[in-house]
Order: sequence, then C-alpha cells, then structure tokens
Amino acid sequence: MSTLDEKATEVMDDDAAHKKNGNDSGASGTIILFFIIGFAASMVVGWVVFPKLLYSQKEQPFNFNHALHVEEVSDGCESCHFFRDDGSFSGIPKLAQCTECHEETMGESEAEAVFVEQYVWKEREVPWLSYSRQPDCVFFSHAAHIKGAEMDCVTCHGHIGESESARPYEYNRITGYSRDIWGKNIAGFKKNSWDRMKMDDCAQCHKEAGLIHMSSVQTNRDACFVCHK
Amino acid sequence: MKVDRRSFLSFVIGGAAGTALSPLPWKLMDDSSIWSQMWPWTPVPPDGEVVYEASTCSLCPGGCGISVRKIDNRAVKIEGQKGHPINDGGMCMLGLSGLQLLYGPTRIKSPMKRIGERGEGKWQKISWEEAIGLVTKKLTDIRDKGEAHTVAAISGSDKGTVPALFKRFMTAVGSPNFMCTPSRQFADQLAVNKLFGGAGYTGFDLENADYILSFGSGIADGWGAPVRMFKVCSHWKEKNIPVVQIEPRLSNSAAKASRWLPINPGTEADLALGIAAVMLSKNWVEGDSVSGLRKWKKDLLAQFDLQQVAQITGVDADTIVELAKGFAKANRPLAICGRGKGQKAESLRETMAVYALNALADNLNQTGGMWAISESDYIDWPDVRPDKLASESLRQPRFDGAGSGQYAEARYLASRLAQGLEGDGPYPLQMLMVADANPCHELPDAKKVQAALAKIGFIVSFSSFQDETAAMADLLLPNHVYLERYEDVPVGAGLPQPAIGLTKPIVSPQFNTRHLGETLLALAKTMGGGIAEAFVWDDYESCLQETLADKWDTLMEDGVWVESDVDTVSNSVKLAAVNQPGVNAEGDPSSFPLLLVPYDSIRISSGYIGDAPFMIKTVADTVIKGKDGFVEINPQTASAAGLSDGDLATLTTPRGAAAVRVHCFEGIKPGVIAMVQGLGHTAYDGFLAGKGVNINELIGPVEDPSSGYDAAWGIRAKLAKA
Repeated sequence: MSTLDEKATEVMDDDAAHKKNGNDSGASGTIILFFIIGFAASMVVGWVVFPKLLYSQKEQPFNFNHALHVEEVSDGCESCHFFRDDGSFSGIPKLAQCTECHEETMGESEAEAVFVEQYVWKEREVPWLSYSRQPDCVFFSHAAHIKGAEMDCVTCHGHIGESESARPYEYNRITGYSRDIWGKNIAGFKKNSWDRMKMDDCAQCHKEAGLIHMSSVQTNRDACFVCHK
Repeated sequence: MKVDRRSFLSFVIGGAAGTALSPLPWKLMDDSSIWSQMWPWTPVPPDGEVVYEASTCSLCPGGCGISVRKIDNRAVKIEGQKGHPINDGGMCMLGLSGLQLLYGPTRIKSPMKRIGERGEGKWQKISWEEAIGLVTKKLTDIRDKGEAHTVAAISGSDKGTVPALFKRFMTAVGSPNFMCTPSRQFADQLAVNKLFGGAGYTGFDLENADYILSFGSGIADGWGAPVRMFKVCSHWKEKNIPVVQIEPRLSNSAAKASRWLPINPGTEADLALGIAAVMLSKNWVEGDSVSGLRKWKKDLLAQFDLQQVAQITGVDADTIVELAKGFAKANRPLAICGRGKGQKAESLRETMAVYALNALADNLNQTGGMWAISESDYIDWPDVRPDKLASESLRQPRFDGAGSGQYAEARYLASRLAQGLEGDGPYPLQMLMVADANPCHELPDAKKVQAALAKIGFIVSFSSFQDETAAMADLLLPNHVYLERYEDVPVGAGLPQPAIGLTKPIVSPQFNTRHLGETLLALAKTMGGGIAEAFVWDDYESCLQETLADKWDTLMEDGVWVESDVDTVSNSVKLAAVNQPGVNAEGDPSSFPLLLVPYDSIRISSGYIGDAPFMIKTVADTVIKGKDGFVEINPQTASAAGLSDGDLATLTTPRGAAAVRVHCFEGIKPGVIAMVQGLGHTAYDGFLAGKGVNINELIGPVEDPSSGYDAAWGIRAKLAKA
C-alpha cells in the first residue's frame, strides 16, 4: 500500500513542478515557432528553390514559328514530322527537308536570316533541342500510336503546333533530360494529358483505353521489355 | 526568446516535415535512379533513318557482296548481300569486322611526314599539297640523275584499275620495278600457261563436283572466296559428296571433310603424281583432253613406284589406289590445291601435278570441273609513251630479276627484295612506294625485310592503317578504306566465272585521306611532261567509269558483273615434263629435327589487313593466350622432347628464334609442328600488337627452281624447353 502512495505523491510533485516553473507558453511558443520556420523554409526550398536549381535553360538555335508553318503546309504535322517508308518516325526534320522550301531566305524575320545564312548555306544541321526526347532505355513507337491507335499529336505533345515562338529548352541538371518528361509542375500534378510524359502517364492512358496486354506470364501484364529495351 | 536545444530540434523536425511534404526528396529519388540507369558518359547511338547500301568487300580476294546498314550517315553493320553470286547473304568474320577498320584507332588520319628517327613513330601532319610536292621533288631529283629505275613499288595486287594506274605511273616515271606481294595467283597463271598454252587462270566448279581431292586447300579455312567455300562445304555435306582433305594437320577443313589423310608435309606433288600413275597404269584415264599423254605416261610410270610414293608421302599404297579409283570413277571429280587460304604459291611441280589430275579425269571446262579462264583484261588503255629519261631507265633490268635469266617465267619476285637490298640486286634502291601491302610483316623472313628496307632512302606508304611498313616509312599518304571509295574488284579466287565487284563510298571519308587513284593522278599532274600526258583522266571516278565502259551501269545497279559466256584458254592440256624439281624445306635435319609448317585460320587475317579486335577475341587460347603464341605439336613428339602442354619453349629455325608455348595436339603428324599465320604484329593497336609470333620471321623464302617464286611450305626447326 505504502509503495503506491509514494508513487502518487511523486506524480503530484511532478505536476506541481511544471506549474511552478511557470509561464511555460513562452518556451513552447519558441519551439513551435522554430518548427514553423523549419517547415516553411524547407517548403520554400523544396517548392521554389529546388526546381530553380534542378533545371537549367538553353535557347533554341533560333526562333521557330510552328503556327506559321502549319498554315503553309498541306498535311498538318505530318508534312514535316513524317513517317519514313519503313514505318519509323522521322522526328525533328533534317536540314534537307527544310531546304526543300528554304533554299533562299523566305520572309524577313531575324530567325529566317540566321537559319539560311548559318545553316542552309553552310550545309550544317540545325542542333535543335528536343523537348520530348525520352531516355535511351525507353522504346516508343510513334507508328503504333498514330497509325495503329489513330491518336493525334496533341494528346502527348499538346498545342505546340499553334505556338508562335520556340520556348526555352529546360533540362534536368542531374539526368540531362528535358523538363517536359517530368512535366512543368514540380509536384508532378497534371491537368492535361500532354503535361507529363512519365511511365505512369503511359500506363494511365493504356488503362483508360482498356489496353492491358498480357505479354508477361508472371505479372499478367505487359512485360517490362515491351517498352524498356 | 531563447534558442536552445529544443528549439533547434524543433527547427530540424519542422524542416524534415516540410521537406517530406515538398517534391524535393521524391523528385531527387526519381532523378538519381534515371541518372544511375543511364550514366551520362554511356554512349547513346544517335537515332536516324535506317538505310541499307550495297557494295563489295575487298578485304580479301573473295569479293563478297555486302549490304551496309546505315543510320543517317553512319555505317553501323555490315551484312552479306542476299542473292549475290559469290556469297549470297553469307559473311565471314573479317567482312563483319570491317567497321572496326573504318572507325578504329589504327587508321592514319592525315598525310604525315617523319620527323624523328625511322621507326620511332614521330610524325608531323602535313597538307596533301605539301605531301604531293615532297614525292614529286624526290622523284624528279632521282629522274634527273637518270636513276628512275632505282624507284620501286610494291602493291598488294596487280588486278583492277588502281594497281594498273600504279603500274602505269611507274612505267611513265621510268621504273621497271612494279612488284606484287607473293601470291598463289602467279603460280596458277604460270601452270595454266604451261599446260593450256595461253594466258589465263583456273576456276573450279566446286558446287557441281561429286568427288573432291583437296591438296591442303583450306576449304573451310578461307581458301578462295571464303564464304562461297563455307556454302560449298555445307552443300557437299548435305549431298554426301566424298571430300578428301590431304594435309599434315587436322584443320577445320580436314575436320569438315569426309576423309582426312595426314600426309608428310611438302609431298603433295608426289601423291598427286602417284595417283596419276595409278590411274594411268590401271587404264582409268579417259584422257581425251590431254595431248602428249603417251610419253608422259611412259615417263611417269618409269619414275613412280607405288610403294615408294607411299613411303615418301606417308599415305599407304592401298589408300593411294583407293583415291585413284574414287577420283577416276566419279562422274565429276575435281582436285584443288593451294595450301590454307591459297594465298602463297606452291611449287609449279605441285600445281601442275594437281591440274594434270583434273585433265586425266577429263573434267576441263565443264560442269563440276576445272576451268582455264582466259585473262581478259577490261583495262584497255593506250600504252604509255615514256619520255627520254624514262625510256633509258626502263632498259635497266628489274631489281627482283623477274622476267629474265633464270627467273624468265616469273612476273614479280618481291620475296627477293631483302636479298637484293642486301647487295644481291643489280643496283641499290633509292625510293620505295607501298600500297595495299605490308612487306615488313607478310614477306618471308620479315625481320630481314625490315632491316633491308632501312637501306632505302625514301619510303612512301599509301596504307590506310598504321602497319609495320608504314612505321618504316618517311611519308604517309593514307588511302581511303574500302567503305569510303569507288574501286573495281576483279575476282579470281577460284570462281568458275570471271566476276568484277564494285566498292562504293558507303560513308564520306572519315579523315583527311585520299583515294590512291586520285593521289597517283595528282602526282602525275605535278610531275608534268610525259608523265602527266600518260594520265588523261580528270579524276579517278571518270577513269573508272570510262574503263569499265558498258559494265559500269551493271556494276552501279547490281554491284557485281559476272561473265556468263566464259572464254576459255583451251580445252586440252599438253603434258610434257614430269621431272620438274620439287621444293624442300630449308634447314639441316640433323640439327633441326622437326618440320615447322604455317597454317591459316579464318579467325586470323594474314595478309595486308590486320586482324580486327572482334576477330582476335574469337581466337582460341590454344592459339594465343595473353601475349603468347602457341605451336601445335603431337604429344608423342612433345614427350620425346620433354615438353608438356602449356610449356614455354624456344622455337628455333635457320632463320630465327622465338619464344612460344606448346600446345599438344593429337591432330598433327609426329615430327611436324604448326603455327598460325598473321600474328606477331608490332604495329596496329593493343588488340593485335605484341600477340603471338610472326611465322614469317621464322620462315625464309625458298625459290621454286622452275619459276623463282617463293614456294616455301615449311622450314626445319627445333624446339627446346625454355
């Protein structure tokens, strides 16, 4: 019995001690304040500073007006970004294609002058920076999506065909890949189907379209090597 | 406000919570995994348009059709061309490795002149104009002194427009000394001339033959057009066609044959004549196509005793009779010769004995038989009219002696080069130009050749690669490699029909190199006068197009031109002498008890082209291990010499000594040792240099008394534990 009493007294003493040390709200306020400072600072670092540090920018060799070109050509995007005879996708046009029209300066823009003088006349390929280049381990067939599934370019590439100037090319300093793959939003949130080009985005679209293949016996889904070579 | 430990901890916890709720850790995790999966320093081949372009491989005499896979302007793979008359889609290792020769580090990237001591490897890049100027000045100086004959040239071939331009240039300058590296081609041409009485060479319809006697020919080791031969071997196997491989060593060819006869090395001619004697004595000879048979038969039978042949060759008498019967009774029997890859001459006696067998079997110029194809040169340029200086020098004898005196029958004798330079030649040489050849490695007694070349004042190499001879040169004028240039490739290589392939520029020149044809035209132009007049073409391409005339369109379209109506030398042979002298191995049997023979491997390139890294990786570690080269030896012979497998030993021949390792191999005759050809390079890159032993340093030339051609098939040797 006596042992229990002693313990009870100790507890009471402890409580009393806390009260006595008194005006405790100051100290805990400081602690909370520091918690908030730490929290806020790291949020600022994570959400604002980090993306700025992570990504670097490069300008394209000269400005390019997609909207203007789309108006001039007859076959939409495929006029320049076409499929080769063997079904492979040509991607960014080579100089030879451009010179089919641009042998001489067309129009008076500064970009046109740079293009013709620096590249056409010197027969140098334009070192375009590709916004949508996937990492080397990704196999992606344009033919399967455009010809096979009859998708349009906008679904993945957005309204780039309506752009009047080439936005700066942003790339990840660690991986070296374009920012468009992860998406502009650092948290990875997206509103449109073309906002991100990560594996989850492939999977999402395939799921929505009910395209769950089963090439892997183990997982009952598509095997890794369907896309990762 | 007091900042204490608690506040600090609180700050850290707040920071951690904030960080966890920010994208930072999650994004970093993703990025670092992408980074580590695709290290930025891992090369990523650029994407582009895939195209296939057709051309011809000229790395060996086979002339296969190739189809090169390109991504935009980069060649990324060489495949065999489907439907091509020579290789029909097939490809050998060397052909597949061609891109390593194109892009590899052994290319000479620009014209260069030597600035250090000869062989020191110190070079200075110069412009093409300066390089052409240097050669022109040197040649003009020599010519002005009336010594144009002291200029010599060594070429890897004398067929096609580029060697023809080279030869023409030498004549115009006034030098009679255009030489080719030794080749079986010349022994073959001589034998055809003697037997058929006209200029020509042989072809073999192996696809349609039904009994094959191969006198050491590497039917599965690179003889003739190697890919055609692989296909023929498979065809023989499928059809159960008897193939008898006669050679002292169980080569791949012997293993593929239906029967292997280990013969005493160097006695192939005796066996062939022995078989002929049996056929004649048993009256198994049809012989409609042979003139002089009665006398030849009498001479032969008088000389040949079956038991004696059996003793000489090591093939027992019953077997010889069996072979004679098999060969005589077959519908379309065919005998071939040319050891290994058939790149080196055998004796005229041997060549003629084997061709005589074909004549006796009455298989000349017909399906499944041996063809004697007329030398029909499509290169029909007007003769050079040498100017006064040149005419005088051209009256001088050839440096190698070919074409006159005891060597009247020989065309070129590059194997006599070293001897000539050591003082045996009619005059010293002041200048040497080398194209598509590597005499410092491929000529017999290579070390002596290298030492002798040091006596030549000025050496110009047109090699595309940093080979041993280029290392000895004073001036390098690198040629494009075959994937960067147009060139006609006339194909002999044992095909029953004459064919010409065309190499095309698959990629633009990778370095500051120049087509040898263009270099020669530029040299002629700057030399001026009569020399310039001998070269009427503006550039090599127009020369080629004009020369090929009506064949050009076919070649541009199909890449190959094949003569369908074969012009033969003659349908009958004249058999005359039986008693041509044979060729013995150099060395005294009492001090050198063993016989060293070279062998060829399809995995090791043994001519001017060095082995590519892809190929050297496939060589078994019983051929080279680390840096050590092996000799093959019968376990019986090895144990008698106190050697066991893998031992280090010193191999000594009358020409030199080398450290080797011993590979005990049941598939080689006792008393014979064998070593592969094509190793022991000192030049090229780390994949090739310093590996194995160059057998050409251990074997010297042995002149065939009938022609003067080097017909060495081996050398006496001894092996002692190191």
